[in-house]
Amino acid sequence: MIENIPLQYFLIVGTLMFFIGVFGFLTRRNLITILMSVELILNSVNINFVAVNRYLYPNNLHGHFFTIFIIAIAASEAAVAIAIIINIYRKFSSINVENVSSMKN
Amino acid sequence: MQIETLLLMRHEMVLVIIALIALFYEIFSKGNNKQKFIPIFIGIYFINTIIGFLPQSEGTIFGGMFVLSGVQLIMKNVLNIGVLIVLMQSAGWLKKAENKDNMLEFFVLLISTQIGMDYMISSGDFLMFYLGLELATIPIAILAAYERNKSKSAEAGIKLILSSALSSGILLFGISIFYMISGSIYFDEVATFMVNPNPLMALGLVFFFAGMSFKISLVPFHLWTADVYEGAPISVTSYLSVISKAAAAFIFTMILFKVFGQLAYLWKDIIYVLAVLTMTVGNLFAMRQQNLKRFLAFSSIAQAGFILLGIISADKIGLTAVIYFALVYIFSNLAAFGVVGAVSNFSGKETIKEYNGLYKTNPKLSLVMMLALFSLAGIPPVAGFFGKFFLFTSAAQGGYYWLILIAVLNATISLYYYLLVIRAMFIESNETPVPNFKSDFFMRTGIVISVLGIFIIGFIGPIWDYIKVVVDSF
Repeated sequence: MIENIPLQYFLIVGTLMFFIGVFGFLTRRNLITILMSVELILNSVNINFVAVNRYLYPNNLHGHFFTIFIIAIAASEAAVAIAIIINIYRKFSSINVENVSSMKN
Repeated sequence: MQIETLLLMRHEMVLVIIALIALFYEIFSKGNNKQKFIPIFIGIYFINTIIGFLPQSEGTIFGGMFVLSGVQLIMKNVLNIGVLIVLMQSAGWLKKAENKDNMLEFFVLLISTQIGMDYMISSGDFLMFYLGLELATIPIAILAAYERNKSKSAEAGIKLILSSALSSGILLFGISIFYMISGSIYFDEVATFMVNPNPLMALGLVFFFAGMSFKISLVPFHLWTADVYEGAPISVTSYLSVISKAAAAFIFTMILFKVFGQLAYLWKDIIYVLAVLTMTVGNLFAMRQQNLKRFLAFSSIAQAGFILLGIISADKIGLTAVIYFALVYIFSNLAAFGVVGAVSNFSGKETIKEYNGLYKTNPKLSLVMMLALFSLAGIPPVAGFFGKFFLFTSAAQGGYYWLILIAVLNATISLYYYLLVIRAMFIESNETPVPNFKSDFFMRTGIVISVLGIFIIGFIGPIWDYIKVVVDSF
């Protein structure tokens, strides 16, 4: 049963996922992979919310609601990002971050 | 639920109706009819701006998710005025051949972002705040990538959507920590848990700060700003740098005051460091810029640092100063962007060197630009001075004299690089200056409104008094 797994395990998984996501966002060079890293970050937040809601505050549903909205928004964000990535592929013939930089810093 | 209580959302409801009108016009218009829609739309939006000032009852709905009080009303009206000017200034750009076909998308997306900002400002819990924030950022990424045939625009779009997704992820992690501590996502209930300090809260606050700093583009979270501002179309850049920044600064200030007021001793130090970094780095980078859009991007980063001076005092004077500064900043920055947009629409020229000798051919535009830059720098007769003055006053009341000294030094540095542009326009000679031209009616009206704002706001005492009275009752 789920009660046999302590809350800490969920929080550790959530935090690990969050930082793996941040690490991937900063080091990956492919736009799609960067987008996947963002999804990791958002899903780590989902794990946090749902686990905390289930273990610490079973009387309310704020965490569950929040998670549902995060999933929906992550989907729309991915849709917009992928649409722009397709446009970038048409313009630059590449989705590597190194090649997609026409502006000087 | 009564209809009267739903009317608390009047601002948002009117905006939704406007967005729907634009959508339906898109469906039923045929061929070349779309151009006729620009004056109609600006007219409708003007009516919306007026409606915003009508008396409005205050209260909360949806169990406290949506809060409306006088402060939120003022903020929404300030945004309305800004968006009206942005719409006027974008009319000429939308009429160009390459944008003509999908100009209605521009209106729909712009209005949806404003709906998001209004909900964000009125939010009473973190869920509403997050939803509003996302509604305010996702369509802006589409707008930044609006010019489909330009690679720079697509690049700006992807940079904006990815960095804003990362920042909202970090912000959400902070919110999940607040939920962990308090078991609630409502601002009031979370605030009651801030009385007893707890290390976890400090951690959540750090994540929250990092996420919000991305949105207001504070140093060291500013790296996306310059590229996005340069690549995006000018209308979108002015919208990003003025409206979304003002909205994010408003809600950031309100959440810090309302929810984390008890933790002020913690976040005041963070704000102190961020303010010094943001002002200094923004100014130093602005000096080296040749492209005017990049130049204004870094100048807007520096201005965000000044806004922090109002937040650091953590009292009502500070909130008043932030709102007042945002109002002034909208007019000054939009005047500058209006001139850049007009010149770019006509000739495609955007660098400072190409502005050499602009005064000889286009004296009026040069004068407007000079006025706007003086207002941004904070030279006394124009409104920008009063905006900065009140921010400094509120910081002085908190006893942050060293911070004010640094801020004044930075204002002086900023005067140097604003004068570089003015020198280019008035003194430098140029064999091929931008020829004399006349922009369209709406662009001129937009610029005239901004100029009037710059001149008048500083001298109308009642505006400051009115904001102060409303904020005091908050």
